[in-house]
Amino acid sequence: MRHAFPLLALALGLSICGLAFAEDTSAPLPVKHVQWSFEGPFGTYDRGALQRGFQVYKEVCSACHSLNLVAFHALAAPGGPGFTEAQAKAIAAGYKIPAEPNDKGEIFDANGNRLTRPGILADHFPPPFPNEEAARAANGGALPPDLSLIVKAREGGPDYVYSILTGFSHKPPTGFKVQDGKYYNPYFAGRNISMPPPLAAGSVSFADGTRSSVAQEAHDVVTYLSWASEPTLEERHRTGFEVMAFLVLLAGLLFLAYRKVWKDEH
Amino acid sequence: MAGHSTYVPAFGFTRWLDKRLPILRLTHDTMTTYPTPRNLNIWYTFGGILTFCLGVQIVTGVVLAMHYVPNADLAFNSVENIMRDVNYGWLIRYMHANGASMFFLAVYIHMFRGLYYGSYKEPREVLWILGVLIYLLMMATAFFGYVLPWGQMSFWGATVITSLFSALDQLIPHLGSAITSWLWGGFAVGDATLNRFFSLHYLLPFAIAGVVGLHIWALHVPGNNNPLGIDVKGPQDTVPFHPYYTVKDAFYLSLFVILFAGFVFFAPNFFGNPDNYTPANPLVTPTDIVPEWYLLPFYAMLRSVPQKLIGVLVLVGALVTLFFVPWLDTSKVRSCRFRPLMKQLFWVLALDCVMLGYVGSQGADAALNLGGMQLPLVWLARLGTAYYYGFFWVLLPLIGRIEKTKALPESIAKSVLGATGERT
Amino acid sequence: MATATKPEPTRRDFLYIATGAVGAVGAAFAAWPFIDQMNPTSAVLAMASIEADISSVQLGQQVVFKWRGHPLFVRRRTPKEIAEARAVSLSDLPDPVARNANLPDNAPATDANRGSKAEWLVLVGVCTHLGCTPTVSTPQAPQGDYGGWLCHCHGSQYDTAGRIRKGPAPQNLAVPPYSFLSDTKIKVG
Repeated sequence: MRHAFPLLALALGLSICGLAFAEDTSAPLPVKHVQWSFEGPFGTYDRGALQRGFQVYKEVCSACHSLNLVAFHALAAPGGPGFTEAQAKAIAAGYKIPAEPNDKGEIFDANGNRLTRPGILADHFPPPFPNEEAARAANGGALPPDLSLIVKAREGGPDYVYSILTGFSHKPPTGFKVQDGKYYNPYFAGRNISMPPPLAAGSVSFADGTRSSVAQEAHDVVTYLSWASEPTLEERHRTGFEVMAFLVLLAGLLFLAYRKVWKDEH
Repeated sequence: MAGHSTYVPAFGFTRWLDKRLPILRLTHDTMTTYPTPRNLNIWYTFGGILTFCLGVQIVTGVVLAMHYVPNADLAFNSVENIMRDVNYGWLIRYMHANGASMFFLAVYIHMFRGLYYGSYKEPREVLWILGVLIYLLMMATAFFGYVLPWGQMSFWGATVITSLFSALDQLIPHLGSAITSWLWGGFAVGDATLNRFFSLHYLLPFAIAGVVGLHIWALHVPGNNNPLGIDVKGPQDTVPFHPYYTVKDAFYLSLFVILFAGFVFFAPNFFGNPDNYTPANPLVTPTDIVPEWYLLPFYAMLRSVPQKLIGVLVLVGALVTLFFVPWLDTSKVRSCRFRPLMKQLFWVLALDCVMLGYVGSQGADAALNLGGMQLPLVWLARLGTAYYYGFFWVLLPLIGRIEKTKALPESIAKSVLGATGERT
Repeated sequence: MATATKPEPTRRDFLYIATGAVGAVGAAFAAWPFIDQMNPTSAVLAMASIEADISSVQLGQQVVFKWRGHPLFVRRRTPKEIAEARAVSLSDLPDPVARNANLPDNAPATDANRGSKAEWLVLVGVCTHLGCTPTVSTPQAPQGDYGGWLCHCHGSQYDTAGRIRKGPAPQNLAVPPYSFLSDTKIKVG
């Protein structure tokens, strides 16, 4: 009787580990696990992957997905893709930013097009669509999410985004009905995703000459998006290491002081 | 023990100050010479740790408030501005978010310590009640705080919890809806709600600080309890707080800070929910609305009952129950060290809370696979809630009367130093 | 009863001093982020430098840009205004120092020292008295007696080189760090 309660609790606890998914072909597959240079307490971003990933974002993803929270000056900041300030400035200048009203108070030109100006370092990446409605209209009613935080905003983080990007190669199982206007991706909840497969081998020719397979493009753009979600990761790991070393030293000293004070008591 | 002050100001300035505002005397009496039982263990360091946590939350919070914008259109991006552009903003934000989790980790250990050693028993009933009040203020503060980033979980968590009040419609028509629209400042959670939650989130920690002052005062009147649960009999049972417990508290605090730093620097999103990195959308509900981990046991209790109003009463009742603990326990013996039956029931309660927390984290329809049979988790929640209530309302009164307690030691000093007075 | 053995006080004290010192150093390092967070953010610093397109500024006209939260006067001077500025002797100036961030601090306030090109005057449009924005003087609407600017708050008057001539302002209008990227574009800051 004495041990009944604890044993019951223990049994319940152990059986919780037996929790199993129901057999359900619309439940997503568990994500693929990939080695990332930035995982673990000493992780850093692979500079080459960041720059290639930026290229993938720019040439493929930015057609539909905004990156609203990332400023051009971040491209030159430490812990990031490592462009020089001049390079970041040139990248910024290549973008058209909706211009402030001109002296006549106009923001459209004679043809009804939005007036633009070249980007500067202080600008953020401009969105491909002016508002949510336009984005949906251009994408069959679906809203391509902003990618600034996508890696932190999804369970599974970079593994999840990588699995989605490389998951289009799976064919649906027999009997599985893919909804109209959607695509089969087994890593997506419900397995029907509105995004068409964005990556193909060779769709980006990397400036550094790396072979652009789908896996490579996915790996690099996920690295880039991980940086976009968490640009201070390297500084955080570095500071963390220093703080931990200090705290261990301090704890050690405090322990010795504690023992010294209590030596003759107790 | 509230005794005669031995403070003697040594300098001209300190003599002058002592006659006008005896703050140095107060520090001396409460933190230097204060006689503290000599047998306090690691579980007694969490009061100091909690004070540290409150300080960290206030300092990081005030600094975050210099950059945060409490407006529904700007809040999410203002937090990202903190994370990306404010110097060390990422550090301060992660300290504040993880600090909240550490605060609750410490408070649960602190509360369970109180239950185990009978620190709520006569004459420390008011101390316990003040503690429960602090806990409730902490829960309110954390709830308001979690809304502020205005992510999906912020918004929908606020919606679910504030909507609980609409259950009152079943008691008095329209009362619940009147209360919820009063809380919201509108027809749903929105900008008005966010602004007032920010104001309250800034305010409540100072209320907590005030109640903490009363809590420490209420502690110092009877003096600390100790692991043996027996009263201090004389100076041989105590040591001065400084240097014995200042150094001990500092050491264990440093270990706690190592754990804290581990999360802040290497797993800053461990306690968080990814959905809160998606901006709030009133038109799209996340698949699973989950509060932060420290509220999960109560969330499980709330969902254990299908009827909304009863669920709310079960949740509220679980918290109100805590106020009555000093009177529910009938045992003459304080510490579970000498209460073999209560000790086991205590551990079952601890496991029960962990189990309820797990159930709270899962979806409402989740089930356990027990060798082919499906057991909906809600039945575990019901079992867990029943045990929780049973522990406080049935077992505490009953066990105190029927339990065969072990023999108590003669005194703290004898217990620590051995019957002959030699060190063991 | 505790029988206290007495270790050497110096050894014990050293440990406590060392621990306290390490703790204090840690506290100082921990305090720095809380102080530094109030410094300008990288978003603000990204706007510390602007490139202004001056192609639309007509002769005799001033265009106001925004730079570091302040108005920036870019004035295209007529030959008459330039000649007037050059005719002033330094001894007539209440403030004989150039106040030009592109030159040493003690450079005199000659007209040549107030800008790199005589035709273009680039000034921080903040009155050096108490911070109001002075009004530019034009032939159609003269402001003050010196053809430059008049500050309506307390009556300070600046000449066609932006130097204080009359009124309570103690210093000439400041010339910010700037350079010509081309004939039509200047970089300020």
